[in-house]
Amino acid sequence: MIAPAAAVLAVLALWELAVRTGLLNERHVPAMTDTVAELASLLGDDDFWVAVGHTLEGWALGLGIAAALAIPLGILIGSSPTAYRSVRFVIEFLRPIPSVALVPLAVLIYGVGLESKVFLAAFASFWPLLVQTLYGVRDVDPVATDTARSFGLGRLERLYRIKLPSAIPYIATGLRISSAVALILAVTAEIVIGSAGLGREINIARQGGAIELMYALIITTGLVGYGLNALTTRAERRVLHWHPSQRQVAA
Amino acid sequence: MLEVRHLSKSYGDTPAIGDVDFAVAEREFVSVVGPSGCGKTTLLKCIAGLLAPTSGEVKLEGDRVMALVFQEYSRSLMPWLSVRKNVALPLRRRSKEERARLVEEAVEAVGLRAHLDRYPWQLSGGMQQRVAIARALAYQPQILLMDEPFASVDAQTRADLEDLILEVRERYDVTIVFVTHDIDESVYLSDRIVVLGPSPTTVKEILGVDLPRPRDQVETKELPEFARLRAHVYRLIKREEARVAP
Amino acid sequence: MRRVAPALEVLVPLALLGLWAAWSASSDTFYYPPLTDILETFNETWVFERVGSDVVPSLLRLTAGYLIAVVLAVAIGIPLGLNRTARRAAAPIVEFLRAIPPPALLPLAIVVIGVGNSMKVALIAFVCLWPVLLNTIDGIRGIDPTLRDTARVYGVSRLATLPAAAPQIFAGMRTSLSLAVIMMVISEMVASTNGIGFFVLQSQRSFAIPEMWSGILLLGILGYALNLLFAAVERRVLAWHREAHA
Repeated sequence: MIAPAAAVLAVLALWELAVRTGLLNERHVPAMTDTVAELASLLGDDDFWVAVGHTLEGWALGLGIAAALAIPLGILIGSSPTAYRSVRFVIEFLRPIPSVALVPLAVLIYGVGLESKVFLAAFASFWPLLVQTLYGVRDVDPVATDTARSFGLGRLERLYRIKLPSAIPYIATGLRISSAVALILAVTAEIVIGSAGLGREINIARQGGAIELMYALIITTGLVGYGLNALTTRAERRVLHWHPSQRQVAA
Repeated sequence: MLEVRHLSKSYGDTPAIGDVDFAVAEREFVSVVGPSGCGKTTLLKCIAGLLAPTSGEVKLEGDRVMALVFQEYSRSLMPWLSVRKNVALPLRRRSKEERARLVEEAVEAVGLRAHLDRYPWQLSGGMQQRVAIARALAYQPQILLMDEPFASVDAQTRADLEDLILEVRERYDVTIVFVTHDIDESVYLSDRIVVLGPSPTTVKEILGVDLPRPRDQVETKELPEFARLRAHVYRLIKREEARVAP
Repeated sequence: MRRVAPALEVLVPLALLGLWAAWSASSDTFYYPPLTDILETFNETWVFERVGSDVVPSLLRLTAGYLIAVVLAVAIGIPLGLNRTARRAAAPIVEFLRAIPPPALLPLAIVVIGVGNSMKVALIAFVCLWPVLLNTIDGIRGIDPTLRDTARVYGVSRLATLPAAAPQIFAGMRTSLSLAVIMMVISEMVASTNGIGFFVLQSQRSFAIPEMWSGILLLGILGYALNLLFAAVERRVLAWHREAHA
């Protein structure tokens, strides 16, 4: 508990020092104390919370849609080598299309509101999750599957007794990554398109020259991201308690 | 050469090793047997320095160069390296010529010269364990620690590996501490047997094995002394198990 | 069933393509021009008219940012994965920085660095750092305990760490690759005068819809080609992992 706290305090202190001594130009980077004060005052501002709400709304809808599609699809496709090979080319081509490339298209079709944001977030977070799920379902210890088969476990049973538990670490990691990606796209929509949310407020702050406000809002997005990441990490950990990376003492 | 003095190891509140005390002389082959789950592996890891004992100490004369051969051979060999490179890996500090020589000798000693450039996954279980043994030998350790090394191979391979280890012991003059749950094996291979009790484990008895060398899978096992020793150890362990049985 | 698969691999995408061509040719929407128009525009624009002016700058930024990120991530991730205290100390800082959605940093980067190439490279590097870093840490922590113990006994922990964690690291690198492309496009849309991302947005703003689609198509092709390259490299480097798990 001490080490992390000490590290954080050290970083904050260095930040303050760097700005106050002029090492960092205060027109580029405001003092830590000023930024924190700005952040504190935001907490009492209703508009601030509305913006946070808008960002979270886009994230939740986007991630939810992506997960509902990617995980089942990934398991389905991953368990059938034929299916995987048929669809692989398509996935490999669609996956790398940067969702941001579709920003202009989203604007044309959905406008500048929530739907554009959700469309982009869902599209972007779908792929890492699909890929991770595929990796996980396919990267199974063959001894385990052979053992299962020898016990007469049918295909479906093998799926959820062996393949799924083996794939779960990957899916959990995938969810963690996808959650971050969904938030990224939500904020992207806010910054590039101007959808309501924290991203738009950051832009407005920059254009208005309110640097402390800009930094405070960016820190807020970091805190939102951190909070969401903590949630997904906790869920991941609970699912992974048997995996070697969690095992510290070998008996 | 090796002294284990009043070693104990607990994981939090759970004691694994109660009090273990024994010594190993140079060039001795000492087996450690005991009921399953009594902490034999934990003991070996403490000796090897992988785990810190809760109390007591492990004293080793000299440079403390130890090699450890695990039961799970497939997980102890580096899958990205060939046999040659696996055996050579611990020898980074040596010169190129010396390294090549040590590797060749060790791989020859375990009979795998034809497979030097193959990868672990291309070899059978017995062969993989031989690679692990070759690696340990090439390392030229003072003590070779072996943790149930033949438990995961078939009986035929096990007999071959047992004889192999006796051969290399002669050839390399190395001291061996050999953990096993196979009583026959322990009597067949050793000079002395340390019998452990159930968890939290202590030393129940240390027996000398006065069987002639070289040992032979058929002739040695026909000797009455062999039967007596194995029966003795067997009864000792069974009695201990019964004592703690619910 | 085996023989059908290669055919399917080609047929399924072709079928989808055919569907797209047919549907877009018959539809009247301005936003979805016929596939043939898009392809024609693609040919005019990207073969090879605007390669020098837009594709090359985009690729250079992308490559520089990505490579810097990977090298840094592995360099930082390995010590963090190995040292429990360091990892714990750095954890909240790493988790926080990583959690900041990169587009939110774009205004900051503009304020601090400006609107040039260095801003874009720095931003791409920052974003790509985290998936690789986290996967490196996960990879290190997920190394088989037996392998880890073996490496420790033989004093080769340093050498064995990177290869053992490599499969997981590559998984992270794959994710980062798509993030790199995303960040390249975003930074070009908001603060650039050239690049593919810039081109796509400009086209939309001036309602040059076939051009916009051609740019999207190009980005898809680019992403695909990069992944192909990545897969080839991965196949080479991780051949042992694939074979061992075959």
